[in-house]
Amino acid sequence: MAAVRWLAALPFLGILVGTAFVNQVEPLVFGMPFVLAWIVGWVVIGAAAMAIVYALDPINAAPEGEAEGERQ
Amino acid sequence: MNAALVIIGLATLGALALGLAARRGVSMTLEQWTVGGRGFGGLLVFLLTAGEIYTTFTFLGGSGWAYGRGAPTYYILAYGSLAYVMSYWLLPPIWRYAKRERLLSQPHFFSHKYDSQWLGVLVAAVGVVALVPYLVLQFQGLGIIVSVASYGAISPTLAIWIGAATVTIYVMTSGMHGVAWNAAVKDALILAVVIFLGIYLPVHYYGGIGDMFRAIDAAKPGFLAFKPTGQSVLWFQSTVLLTALGFFMWPHAFSAILTSKREQSFRRNAALLPLYQLILLFAFFCGFAAIMQVPGLTGTKADEALLRLSIQSFDPWFVGVIGAAGVMTALVPGSIILISAATLLANDVLRPLRPELSDSAVGLTARALVPLIALLAVYFTLDNPPTLVALLLMGYAFVTQLFPALVCSLLPRNPMTKYGAAAGIIVGVVVVAVVTETKVGFADMLPFLPARVGDINVGFAALILNVIAAALVSLATRPAPAAAAASSS
Repeated sequence: MAAVRWLAALPFLGILVGTAFVNQVEPLVFGMPFVLAWIVGWVVIGAAAMAIVYALDPINAAPEGEAEGERQ
Repeated sequence: MNAALVIIGLATLGALALGLAARRGVSMTLEQWTVGGRGFGGLLVFLLTAGEIYTTFTFLGGSGWAYGRGAPTYYILAYGSLAYVMSYWLLPPIWRYAKRERLLSQPHFFSHKYDSQWLGVLVAAVGVVALVPYLVLQFQGLGIIVSVASYGAISPTLAIWIGAATVTIYVMTSGMHGVAWNAAVKDALILAVVIFLGIYLPVHYYGGIGDMFRAIDAAKPGFLAFKPTGQSVLWFQSTVLLTALGFFMWPHAFSAILTSKREQSFRRNAALLPLYQLILLFAFFCGFAAIMQVPGLTGTKADEALLRLSIQSFDPWFVGVIGAAGVMTALVPGSIILISAATLLANDVLRPLRPELSDSAVGLTARALVPLIALLAVYFTLDNPPTLVALLLMGYAFVTQLFPALVCSLLPRNPMTKYGAAAGIIVGVVVVAVVTETKVGFADMLPFLPARVGDINVGFAALILNVIAAALVSLATRPAPAAAAASSS
């Protein structure tokens, strides 16, 4: 689990650091300016990273009061 | 009376009815009124913590900035995503502590953690100061929506008064319960409207999203990427970081956390909310689509871009549906903000000053303050405010000053003393207030630094000074080791 947590740092690196290197309009990606598509991409990666962290974090496996619809 | 106005009017009445109906079967103690008795399930907490995403700010402000400024609007998409990643670790300990100590508000949290009532009062004051521009933002959005969508039949001033009265009535009656169900209706409506508009408008006017961006890039070179100076990449980086840290520091965001029944909801939402936020893209697309179709809106008028283009594109009844969605995006966050500000003043400023007051007296005071706060916000709204995004950034610069003290208080051994926390918050808030009021930039204060530094968001600069002040004062006021061990529990 401890190693998986570092996935959460990815969107910070991509958005806060990476954007400085991709500040350009071309090429369009999915019709969007490249820098916008870059940010969108990191938002999606961030969500995926947190889904993985959620799935692997043992704290979420423990039943907490009544059952919650768990995501796999 | 046109079709648009009828639909907007019905939506407002519907929101009012739903707000009032939510009261049934609940005895309105302060805990029920302000945090819904801490009994909301995952879906409602999701909608309440997502409330930040779909306010008038994103609907009109996001599209307005896309229209008027271009690339800088991208920041709105980025900061929430980073805030949600942090929320996975940040929110559960806050929720656990608040539940154990039966806390109702953010200042309560600070005063318990630091064992200082005065720190609580300070935090409450910062919260109220930051909430007022945020409430002004919602009212201003209301005025724009109703006046534009009624084709000028209702003046912005009248629209602001009607909106403020609606929110005040249902907030005084139902508190957080009234907000919750309206939040669900609002999100469904705004999602449908924004996705439709964000796809239809670019396709209808330009042939597609890619064609639209190509046309804009040809007409306004450089508009779709960050500029070399001013709102540059450095501005983007500092603003995203500042607003991501401030995201959960809003008093009403704190209240939304406390409404949850379980801590698991936060961890699951950390993966879901960023995706939900991507819908913002469609609001940007609306604003970009308006650039070549309704040119010439400058200054605060840029916030009207989405609505102006809608009027040009659709029949009045559909403009009414868009307007109704817009009204909900102002009413729901507006009422959450009102509840927060009233609770702050009654429970966290008045109660420490008058400890003999009973719970029910404090609860009544909170409700009595609602119309006063609404009036204050109406006053500022009518008093020539800046654009929607500028208002929100000002509020963010204030609330983010609470972040260092909050995070330190969650550590097993808090390195910050109550004096350090207070000093940091005061320094940060004063810097933000002075810079906002005098419009002095960074470059003026620190002329020896390279000019590029001037692009850094002033709130971020204040945050750095805040941390330095907190560290110095904490070192100077650190208690003896034995006392430190006792107070760290």
